[in-house]
Amino acid sequence: MEEKPKIRVRDLNIHIGKQHILKNVNVDIPQNKVTVILGPSGCGKTTLLKSMNRLTDLYPEVKVSGNIFIGEEDILHTTTNITEIRKRMGLLSQRPYPLPMSIFNNIAYGLRISGRIQKKTLNTRVEHYLRQANLWDEVCDRLKDPASALSIGQQQRLCLARGLSVDPEIILADEPTSALDPISSDVIEKKFIDLKENYTVVLVTHILRQARRIADNVIFMYMGEVIEQGTAEEIFENPKEERTKQYLRGTFN
Amino acid sequence: MSDFRFIEEKIFRVIMFISTAVIALALLLILASILYKGLPAISWEMLSQTPSGGFYFGKHGGILNAIIGSAYLSIGATALAFCVGLPVALYMNVHLAKRKKLINMIRFFLDLLWGVPSIVYGAFGFGIMIFLGIRTSLLAGIVTVTIFIIPIMVRGMDEVLKTVPRGLLEASLSLGSTKSETAYRVFFKQGFAGLITAFLLSFGRAIGDAASVLFTAGYTDSIPTSLMQPTATLPLSIFFQLSSPIEEVRVRAYASAVVLTLFILFISLLSRYTSKRYQKNKIQF
Repeated sequence: MEEKPKIRVRDLNIHIGKQHILKNVNVDIPQNKVTVILGPSGCGKTTLLKSMNRLTDLYPEVKVSGNIFIGEEDILHTTTNITEIRKRMGLLSQRPYPLPMSIFNNIAYGLRISGRIQKKTLNTRVEHYLRQANLWDEVCDRLKDPASALSIGQQQRLCLARGLSVDPEIILADEPTSALDPISSDVIEKKFIDLKENYTVVLVTHILRQARRIADNVIFMYMGEVIEQGTAEEIFENPKEERTKQYLRGTFN
Repeated sequence: MSDFRFIEEKIFRVIMFISTAVIALALLLILASILYKGLPAISWEMLSQTPSGGFYFGKHGGILNAIIGSAYLSIGATALAFCVGLPVALYMNVHLAKRKKLINMIRFFLDLLWGVPSIVYGAFGFGIMIFLGIRTSLLAGIVTVTIFIIPIMVRGMDEVLKTVPRGLLEASLSLGSTKSETAYRVFFKQGFAGLITAFLLSFGRAIGDAASVLFTAGYTDSIPTSLMQPTATLPLSIFFQLSSPIEEVRVRAYASAVVLTLFILFISLLSRYTSKRYQKNKIQF
């Protein structure tokens, strides 16, 4: 018995100006799994990811058509406030964007705006989320320092902790390790595997080995189209499409 | 070929050096002439008293009326312009982030307004005063100068907020912040140092301008005690004293210029200091 997918994208088309970025994309993203969107640069992976929490709204000349269901709700055609939808998804971007405030306040910010925190529990909640991102031990004695004082790898984990603090259901990650050193990357990757127990993880990457390490499900994209999707086993061991095979062999051009 | 490039490099270096030197020299000459003529005339009496009888014939008194008047006027106008300018600049860069064409149009008009001579703002303010039946007063001066410096304030802040990366906007919105929360809690903090610089730049313009207050704030020998009274300002006090045929009065104009220059020097130093001081939370991208 298959569980119902957490995210269902149906006939999604995105145009930016005259360019057709995503062409009839249909994908299913299962709950509590790591789904990797794989493909060469410029194939529309990031655009697909950003359309899921409607960051595409922020760009001029972007036209979106189709449906994206998160659970039962079509987020492209809904009366629900966009901030409520975005709160359900945490975003990790290619390079960390900590907020211009202290380490402590980076986490407290999310807790405060979601309005679900009392003053006395704030400290313990901040600690909780910093521990979740394996950052607590490194920053516990300098919580008042500005977030900009952290290394890039630490900043990315801070962003992860901050994303978790608003209690999302889904984690969207856009090549989150591309700016990081191997050790920090490893921490983030391992974290994703832990996180899938409670969250649905969607990871965009062009790094094949990373996909092999952590993917449960794979969506392979090329030139704005979904070429193939399935479990990691199916895609890596037994790809059906010629282009997928080429990409996996590294003979893609 | 390489010879030619070598000569070219030399020629351009000389040209650039000369232009820099000319500008630096001009600035130094202005400063030196003000200090040379003004410093001897500066006295405690001049800084601490309002003009008494015969001041404009070289007798006793000082320019306290203009110092206080200028302070009131520029602080009032800059505060008002900040209250209007900050929301505009944030709105342009956060809420209108998607409307590239609209933003560019707004920027274009603000730049036009920036370039309009301040005497035009003075005339405009005067027109409004006549319409409302207000006489020359501190209030009219403040309002006129506010209108005059708003484009400077907004564009200054806009240039700072423009450099806030889009990723930070996306990160903040992804957390479920509204756009206004993003504007006032994230963009404001990230741009804080630069916003202060924009604020103080506008302050410098407000305190240094003569033409916009000529018809609107008027001129008086006493210190204003209400918004509806006219007020003296440093630039106008320089203007009036400089046009005097009496040597002692002309020298005082230079002394007033020294005071104004010190004011502006102080503001510049303050802006340097504060923007360094509040830089620490800024994320370097």
